[in-house]
Amino acid sequence: MSEETKPSGKPRAKEPEAAEPKPHVTDSRLGLRTGVPAVKKGTKEQMAIDPMAEGEKPFEAPDLASRREAMWMAAGWGLFGFATLTETAMLVSYLFPRAPFDPAQVFRIGPPEEYLPASVSEAFKKSNQVWICNQEYNGRQILYALSTVCTHLGCTPNWLEADQKFKCPCHGSGFYPNGINFEGPAPRPLERFKIFVGDDGSVVVDKTKKYQQEKGEWDDPDSYIAV
Amino acid sequence: MNTLFEYILKPVMTFVAKPHILLPASSVALILTLKYYRTVTKPKIAAAIGLVLAGLLVVSCFDPNFKKNILKPDNVPIVLLLFGLLFFLWLSLRRAAINDEAAERGEPPLEARMKRETVLVWPDLVMIELICLVLVSAVLVFWAIFIRAPLEEPASAALTPNPSKAPWYFLGLQEMLVYFDPWYAGVLLPTLIIVGLMAIPYVDTNPKGSGYYTLSERRFAITVYLFGFIIFWVVLITIGTFLRGANWNFFGPYDKWDPHFQQPLKNINISEIFWVKMLKQGMPKEWYVREAPGLLMAGAFMLLGPLILAKTVLKDLFKKLDIVRFSVVAVLMLFMISMPIKMLGRWLINLKYVIYIPEYFINI
Repeated sequence: MSEETKPSGKPRAKEPEAAEPKPHVTDSRLGLRTGVPAVKKGTKEQMAIDPMAEGEKPFEAPDLASRREAMWMAAGWGLFGFATLTETAMLVSYLFPRAPFDPAQVFRIGPPEEYLPASVSEAFKKSNQVWICNQEYNGRQILYALSTVCTHLGCTPNWLEADQKFKCPCHGSGFYPNGINFEGPAPRPLERFKIFVGDDGSVVVDKTKKYQQEKGEWDDPDSYIAV
Repeated sequence: MNTLFEYILKPVMTFVAKPHILLPASSVALILTLKYYRTVTKPKIAAAIGLVLAGLLVVSCFDPNFKKNILKPDNVPIVLLLFGLLFFLWLSLRRAAINDEAAERGEPPLEARMKRETVLVWPDLVMIELICLVLVSAVLVFWAIFIRAPLEEPASAALTPNPSKAPWYFLGLQEMLVYFDPWYAGVLLPTLIIVGLMAIPYVDTNPKGSGYYTLSERRFAITVYLFGFIIFWVVLITIGTFLRGANWNFFGPYDKWDPHFQQPLKNINISEIFWVKMLKQGMPKEWYVREAPGLLMAGAFMLLGPLILAKTVLKDLFKKLDIVRFSVVAVLMLFMISMPIKMLGRWLINLKYVIYIPEYFINI
């Protein structure tokens, strides 16, 4: 707010009686000194205090300069507010994409016979980020779905068929086909997902439920299928 | 010539480039440089060292694998960085040597004796800036034309490049992550590095060395800083750039990065070494019993470490600083020392974790 928009009491137009003794003038500075509230000349408040002023100067035109300034202020803040609101709206809508990009969390992978013993299938690595493994674990031949996310920092390891291990290219973590970590910095084994045979005889993988070896969850019958 | 290259240079370089040799060797080189800095930085000796290193680089380029690795668009700036670092290290140590010799004779440092030149911004400074701008632009344009940007195919969730390398300035961090749990090497250690750098003005109460180069008046501070910067950052970047190949295995400078190269790296925790290998019994069920050896070792390191430092390496500092400042310096130094210890443990005995408590995600 600039100096002019304040109710200073100093009229813009030079008053003819300014030079004379001013019995009715309510100067803001005077007002402050005498305790009289500072009011603007020609306004209703001034007339209420000093009804005689009406006779001298019935009406003073509103301050055009301050009104123009107020218009500019309103336009500027309005534009700023509009831009901010639009930006916020776009930001919020960005959080809710209109198309689902994630693959299905529950999906069928075909009959269990498709997965030969001592094999690691990479068929669902790209689409669902799981390896389907048919391996011997604790003396039993089982089928299980292993997560393709390295437990160190989340890179995707490569399955090295010749070396029979998963090897992460980021920091060199290595995992046996059963998912147990044995090389590099990975602190825990790869995670298994829930797996079961559906009504139609096809194997279903449910990625919403995971099983961690270090928590002893690999003994859970939902984490594998005996084959 | 060829036999000399094949039978002398290659085996020697391959041996030096083994990580458990390279890290201690570069540390020793740095210590010797700082000890004999007045001799080493004499222009003729320094130039000879630089020429020998450049010569090794050029001769090694006769090997196709080495040449391919050195001239990769990603790696060219690293070579420039290494030689640039050596140059600026020489420059600062040379001026420190001149100043320290002058100080012994009771003369003011070089910077105080230099003529205090003042130039006008226009046209002197602006013209210099303009010339720099044109030169740098020209270099960048030619660089962009002759060394192609190393772009790859669009990213795929199913295909991780092998090896997957961070940007060069993060390769030191990536190398650290190989030896530690991500929480430790990715969060705690970087935080401690930043906190440690921030703590320097509060723990370094030495007022000397302001506005001029010196080594003898700030030997401890400069040595620690150069260890952190050169050994634990630049050497690790060099290892990550030139020696880490397919599957993040170590490869010699003249090796081909064979993705099927087999390296037995089955690693082992301190708890397994203690209970299974030494006591020949099973692992205890409770984690606090199982990890007691590692916890004791780490605890002794952090508790006895400051006392040992106060008696040996930090003897002078212990007298100068109050107990809080000294503890901060000692603890930061111990964290710094713990890094090469763990790295050597991994390289020499395939050590995985000193403390391994997956129950609470605490692995060190």
